Amino acid sequence: MPNSLLHELVTLTTQHFFLVGVSMLFAAIVAIPLGIILSWRSGWRDVALGVVNVVQTIPSLALFGFLIPIPILGGIGAHTAIIALVLYALLPMLHNTVTGILNVDAGVRDSATALGMTTGERMWQVELPLAAPTILAGVRIATVTTIGTATIAAAIGAGGLGVFIFRGLAAVDSMLLLAGAIPAALMAIAADRGLEWVERALSRH
Amino acid sequence: MSLVSFRDVSLGFGQRLILRHFSLDVEVGETLVLLGRSGSGKTTALKTVNAMLLPTTGAVLVEDRPTTAWDHIQLRRRIGYVIHDSGLFPHYTVAQNVALVPHLEKWPAADIEARVTSLLQKVGMPVGEFGARYPDELSYGQRQRVGVARALAADPPLLLFDEPFGSLDPVIRLELQRQFIALRQEMSKTSIFVTHDVREALFLGTRIAVLLNGSIEFVGPPREFLQASTPEACAFLSCLQPLEV
Repeated sequence: MPNSLLHELVTLTTQHFFLVGVSMLFAAIVAIPLGIILSWRSGWRDVALGVVNVVQTIPSLALFGFLIPIPILGGIGAHTAIIALVLYALLPMLHNTVTGILNVDAGVRDSATALGMTTGERMWQVELPLAAPTILAGVRIATVTTIGTATIAAAIGAGGLGVFIFRGLAAVDSMLLLAGAIPAALMAIAADRGLEWVERALSRH
Repeated sequence: MSLVSFRDVSLGFGQRLILRHFSLDVEVGETLVLLGRSGSGKTTALKTVNAMLLPTTGAVLVEDRPTTAWDHIQLRRRIGYVIHDSGLFPHYTVAQNVALVPHLEKWPAADIEARVTSLLQKVGMPVGEFGARYPDELSYGQRQRVGVARALAADPPLLLFDEPFGSLDPVIRLELQRQFIALRQEMSKTSIFVTHDVREALFLGTRIAVLLNGSIEFVGPPREFLQASTPEACAFLSCLQPLEV
């Protein structure tokens, strides 16, 4: 592999990592608190989950396309890609946060209330710790799929490993294709294993 | 003096009335058993005492104040609560579970530790052996003991029991019932105890109230209950007769 290609590989991998990391951070900041609120409000729950479900069904290339003409939010570049990736990550994170909290044993929730915990105490000391492994499983699913989806971000000039893939496609160069695909796959496997480990550490007690 | 007073309490969910004109006084120091079939409203009645449920009409008075006028958090911290599957926090150790209410009430750490040690000793679960274990490392009977210790932790004057010994095997159940009586003699608490087991009602109750369709059909001490002639009380008493083989 020529030196310049190797150098580009490092740059693109770093960009990719940044795209995914920032997207996951924003998605978590939105989805987890929203999921907590939705666990209290059954009326809003179906509406909100329905909306993020619909977003999930939009093909990623089309979503990037839709975002480009939108002023401020859209355009060409990493920020547009991040918005799209955040939108995709919302469903698994939101869904798992709601499910994790609602699945806390009714007897545990009841006795927390009956022993005089405030809503906040119950949330922080009982519901969130018990829901944490499920919430983290949502973050894990979102991260792994986003690492794959983020390769498409290169189509709107956001960089990342997709640059190699699109260039490889255009030049019919399978070596270039693999130079994009293999690091992305490795990143996905590493994220999956790493988050699985954290998830298990959290559910230990 | 009555510690808890149900005054013409009715409570419904939608069209369905669970409690109908339910009136009853619970005196200081007694163990009042609410005896009834499933769906008779006994658990619902219990939950109105600590404001987990509020009456649709009528009032429940605790220490002469309606539950609607109490700060619910303060009220609940003065009332111990034990349910049938213990409701222990799975992510807390036995000691942390027992320490829950004193911790919420911000007791000094040394006081909490002393209290936890003495209570776990009382329920036969010495802290040295069990304190650091998690609920899933205990048997069902052991979890119920910890549940009782947790309910007693902040020394509440009133305790509510919702079929706490219902799913235990008969030998362990008797052991826990005996412990309940021993603790009652030692700590002089007022208890409201929900059960569908007539033997348990007779064994533990200083007074028995029979519920039928959300109203009280009969109320009196065990001796009178044994002579009762109301239909639901008789239905329960017939459970005591030996089977004809």
